[in-house]
Amino acid sequence: MLPLAHILALSAILFGLGAVGFIVRRNIITIFMCIELMLNAVNLAFIGFSRYLGNLDGQVFVFFVIVVAAAEAAVGLAIIIAVYRNRGSLSIEDFDSLKL
Amino acid sequence: MAMRFDLLLPLLAILVKVGVVLVALLTAVAYAVWLERKVVARIQSRWGPYRVGPHGLLQPVADALKIFFKEDIVPSDADRVVYWLAPFLAFTLALLSIAVIPFGTSITIGGHTIPFQIADLNVGLLFVLAVTSLGVYGVALAGWSSNSKYPLLGGLRSSAQMISYELSLGLGVVGVVMVAGSLSLREIVERQSDLWNVFVQPVGFLLYFTAAIAETNRVPFDLPEGESELVGGFHTEYSSFKFAMFFMAEYANIVTVSCLATLLFFGGWLGPVFGPPLLRALLPVLWFCLKVFCFLFLYIWIRGTLPRFRYDQLMAFGWKFLLPVGLLNVLVTSLILAWRST
Amino acid sequence: MAPLFYVLATVAILAALCLVLERTPVYSALSLIVVLCSLAVIYLLLGAEFLAVVQVIVYAGAIMVLFVLVIMLLNARQETSTDRSRLARWLGAPLLLAFLGEVIFAVWQRFPPETAPAATALVGGPRAIGELLFRNYVLPFEVTSILILVAVLGAVVLAKKRL
Repeated sequence: MLPLAHILALSAILFGLGAVGFIVRRNIITIFMCIELMLNAVNLAFIGFSRYLGNLDGQVFVFFVIVVAAAEAAVGLAIIIAVYRNRGSLSIEDFDSLKL
Repeated sequence: MAMRFDLLLPLLAILVKVGVVLVALLTAVAYAVWLERKVVARIQSRWGPYRVGPHGLLQPVADALKIFFKEDIVPSDADRVVYWLAPFLAFTLALLSIAVIPFGTSITIGGHTIPFQIADLNVGLLFVLAVTSLGVYGVALAGWSSNSKYPLLGGLRSSAQMISYELSLGLGVVGVVMVAGSLSLREIVERQSDLWNVFVQPVGFLLYFTAAIAETNRVPFDLPEGESELVGGFHTEYSSFKFAMFFMAEYANIVTVSCLATLLFFGGWLGPVFGPPLLRALLPVLWFCLKVFCFLFLYIWIRGTLPRFRYDQLMAFGWKFLLPVGLLNVLVTSLILAWRST
Repeated sequence: MAPLFYVLATVAILAALCLVLERTPVYSALSLIVVLCSLAVIYLLLGAEFLAVVQVIVYAGAIMVLFVLVIMLLNARQETSTDRSRLARWLGAPLLLAFLGEVIFAVWQRFPPETAPAATALVGGPRAIGELLFRNYVLPFEVTSILILVAVLGAVVLAKKRL
């Protein structure tokens, strides 16, 4: 028997690690990957709740989160490519002014 | 701590099945190489391997020994971890999809019924698609980690090609899923007992087979690894055992795709069955293997006959022709099914 | 079943640590793929069959391929630590970890480990998810398809060299 608290604890740990990575890292692609990690932690929480409430709506919501994450990854990486072409660097410390 | 015999026997059955299937698959891969060299040679009016064993049948053994004794060269500045990881990843994933492929019905030994399938998932078809999606990594990482321009270009082109044709592969299969009403491979075959799916979904079959050839990087879609184009493509800098793993992974993928084509479109193991119970259990396996062999021969025949596509023609074909045809196929199939059910 | 969850949870946490601590972007991407695949198996354990396979096909097999290809194309090098990143590391990380501890504590209070799963814990097979998607959630489904179309167009326009 798997307690819900353990699933939520794993989800919280993964979310926390993603958030820490988001704050600490300098490379914009790695920051983006930490965002994806946070999204996955949330998915895990949804599926845990879906199982413990006997309701499949949580899983449908995860389906939508995955689809939206795909769209967001595509557009985000396209933006990163465009910014790299303009600034020549992938470190967020070089993205600190709106002027070119 | 009594021994749980009721748990032990299925576990033992699974282990035996895994062993048998792996040995059979690796032998099939080795002899697919022999078959390819012989068939392509005959198409080109020459003999092919002839000296090593009768009709060159021991050629795969000779090739394996040669490859093991070759020097293992690693380029300087190659990313060590990923360079080592890529061929193992490619090989492992190529062997993984066999786990859900049913070879026949089932065999009854001493009161226990053992199905001829390692794992009967009810999302079996999606599992095969998932493993195919992950197969892109072997190619992309190999190209990147070799730290050399030909592998990088070949790897990028190969992975872009594989991602593009995955869509058409999936769409070709959606029609079959709608007709069968299930994603389990065993159920899809059992629903074909009246009529094989190739007659119900001809467009789906052509779509699936074309996309499968592109997925496995075979002629006419093998520009990323054709010798006259990019030296060796993503596996240029690999030698000895790691190269052998890529080679075996490619042929294992071909065998898997052929197995899937027979299951989805040609009735899998369905065929005339007669005789005592043991024969009844083994004949379907024989029919299955014969059909897979026909598909392997078709693959090799196409390789010996057609010239290769240019890369932009290849990508345009995948996105601008196959994808709309796939969507149209799904639309028409769903309209027909909806009209039939009213 | 439960021991398998703890093994997978450990693998996921170790891979997430790798993702956060690794200097080379390609290794971070590979660690994220390991996290995604172990989460997919955890979903399978929790009865979400369809979602487990969708996670591997879409997340690990398509989104992460996009990440890996972009990392290769942009030739992302190893990160270097600077003054500003040191500030973030010594100030931001501990504060976040404290917040994380609070969240876990609150969760543990609200859902003590004795909570049992619902008696009608359903298995999310393709048919069940499909029925929900096309009956109750058909509007979000159609809106999502438009969202994906917009994302495709946006990505093509943004990544072009010359419009």
